[in-house]
Amino acid sequence: MNDLLASFAPISWLVEPLSHEFMRRALMVSALVGGVCGLLSCYMTLKGWALMGDAVSHAVMPGVVVAYALGLPFSIGAFVFGVGSVALIGFVKQKSRIKEDTVIGLVFTGFFALGLVLVSKIKSNIDLMHILFGSPLGISYSDVNQTLIISALVVNVLVLFRRDLMLYCFDPTHARSIGINTGILHYMLLSMLSLAAVAGLQTVGIILVVAMLITPGATAYLLTDRFDRMTYLAVLSSAVSSIIGVYISYWSDIETGGSIVLVQTVIFLFAFLFAPRYGILKSQGSIHY
Amino acid sequence: MNPLITETEHSVLGIEAFDVCVDYNGTVALYDATLKLKTGSICGLVGMNGAGKTTFFKALMGFVRPSRGIIRINGSAVFKAQRDQAVAYVPQNEGIDCSFPVSVWDVVMMGRYGSMNFLRVSRESDRKAVWHALERVELLELRSRPIGSLSGGQRKRAFLARAIAQRASVLLLDEPFSGVDVRTEKLMSELFLQFRKEGRTILISTHDLNHVRDFCDLVVLINKTVLAYGKTSEIFTQENLTMTFGGMPPNALFGPTPSEGFLNE
Ligand SMILES: Nc1ncnc2c1ncn2[C@@H]1O[C@H](COP(=O)(O)OP(=O)(O)OP(=O)(O)O)[C@@H](O)[C@H]1O
Ligand SMILES: [Mg+2]
Repeated sequence: MNDLLASFAPISWLVEPLSHEFMRRALMVSALVGGVCGLLSCYMTLKGWALMGDAVSHAVMPGVVVAYALGLPFSIGAFVFGVGSVALIGFVKQKSRIKEDTVIGLVFTGFFALGLVLVSKIKSNIDLMHILFGSPLGISYSDVNQTLIISALVVNVLVLFRRDLMLYCFDPTHARSIGINTGILHYMLLSMLSLAAVAGLQTVGIILVVAMLITPGATAYLLTDRFDRMTYLAVLSSAVSSIIGVYISYWSDIETGGSIVLVQTVIFLFAFLFAPRYGILKSQGSIHY
Repeated sequence: MNPLITETEHSVLGIEAFDVCVDYNGTVALYDATLKLKTGSICGLVGMNGAGKTTFFKALMGFVRPSRGIIRINGSAVFKAQRDQAVAYVPQNEGIDCSFPVSVWDVVMMGRYGSMNFLRVSRESDRKAVWHALERVELLELRSRPIGSLSGGQRKRAFLARAIAQRASVLLLDEPFSGVDVRTEKLMSELFLQFRKEGRTILISTHDLNHVRDFCDLVVLINKTVLAYGKTSEIFTQENLTMTFGGMPPNALFGPTPSEGFLNE
């Protein structure tokens, strides 16, 4: 009976990697991180914060390096620098006449460069490649724990405040006029962004984490007109593509982060082409109709 | 539940602005604006483009910080009034992303958020309020459509419905009549009259002077400051309007209407 199952390729393709402890861990962490980033990506795409996501994810780099050098949990360093970059962006924008996207580009490249310099200067066992490209297959227990805590925090905040955050993204003026403190929501969303970026860099690395923070949201946005459904779809597509990405990476021995993001992009392309209402093939059809 | 019932009507002003000044980076948009509005009245806000009507609304809502002056809604600070759901505001331009994945129903439900618990779980009473508000602006059939698929006028009605659903005792409406058809116009003016009967305070800016004559008890004429303020019958004079619109004779503004004699002193 077992032989029969084993000879059936797709099943062994799925089951065989599960016999390795590191693969079980990688799959669990990737799916979790995928889900968390997928949930947040809805707010990022609706709020138009793709560039902000890019900025924060790059800006956490020096924080990770400093934290490792000081022997602190990397997530604390990353969080401090993530939020710090956001505060700095806000400050420079307010105090100068430079446009926001320019300020964002300026600040995050500055932080990222600082990170690169620190890595080369601080003698430690940080593997630059792991930070830049992620390494879910080699994730350590302490990193798993940090990721679990971060994920729980982000999911709880996003679920508890989902209506307020949705309203804040949709119509901040109305939110204020019914007495909701939008300043707090703004910083709450930015903090969650920093935390999700920290979680995401575990699996896909700093360079690609922004994909985790926008692609699932963009995909889901093409598939529905309902906010709640959009969040479910984003979480689902993100978690599933993370799992598929890890499997592909295992079997074809390719870089995991790239593989995860590529699967996400392929799912996006499918939605782009075939989405029931907003896919391009659909709208062409209805023009000729 | 409804703040307007618990207020002692004679002592509390719906809207009170005293010596309000607003500037945008040093450019004065509004100065020394003073206005006292009794509860249960409809007040028209009239002035040229750029006279500061929208700015006045924003100051009343605390969205721009006045450089000077005091503002009170129902006798309390603006922020408190907002938290108590005592004031609803319908902006001139909603400035929203129309491709946002929410339905008309969801948008009107946002008017209820302030009265809901921390998780914003809607109760039966919230759903009733939303249903009722949609009914009043005749949008019930379109309730499950995405907000972006509505026409401009329908969207305006949806945002008015949101303000209605909020059940606030003070309504600030910035040009609610712009871009709506005659039928909606009639529907809306009837609605406002009914609100007055319920004891709410309404401030409406409009460019249609006929509306002011038809249903505003009070009128404020502004051009960077309050030029004249009082009972419509007393304030809405040829002279005052000429002053408000920078020397333009009001006949040209009104056009020939049967009730024109009303204007002459
Ligand atoms: N955000 C802003 N920054 C700078 N100046 C502004 C801003 N908003 C309005 N103004 C200026 O303040 C003045 C008053 O504008 P406001 O929008 O209040 O006019 P309004 O009476 O509502 O006009 P309309 O009838 O066109 O709606 C105008 O001169 C305008 O140019
Ligand atoms: Mg205006």
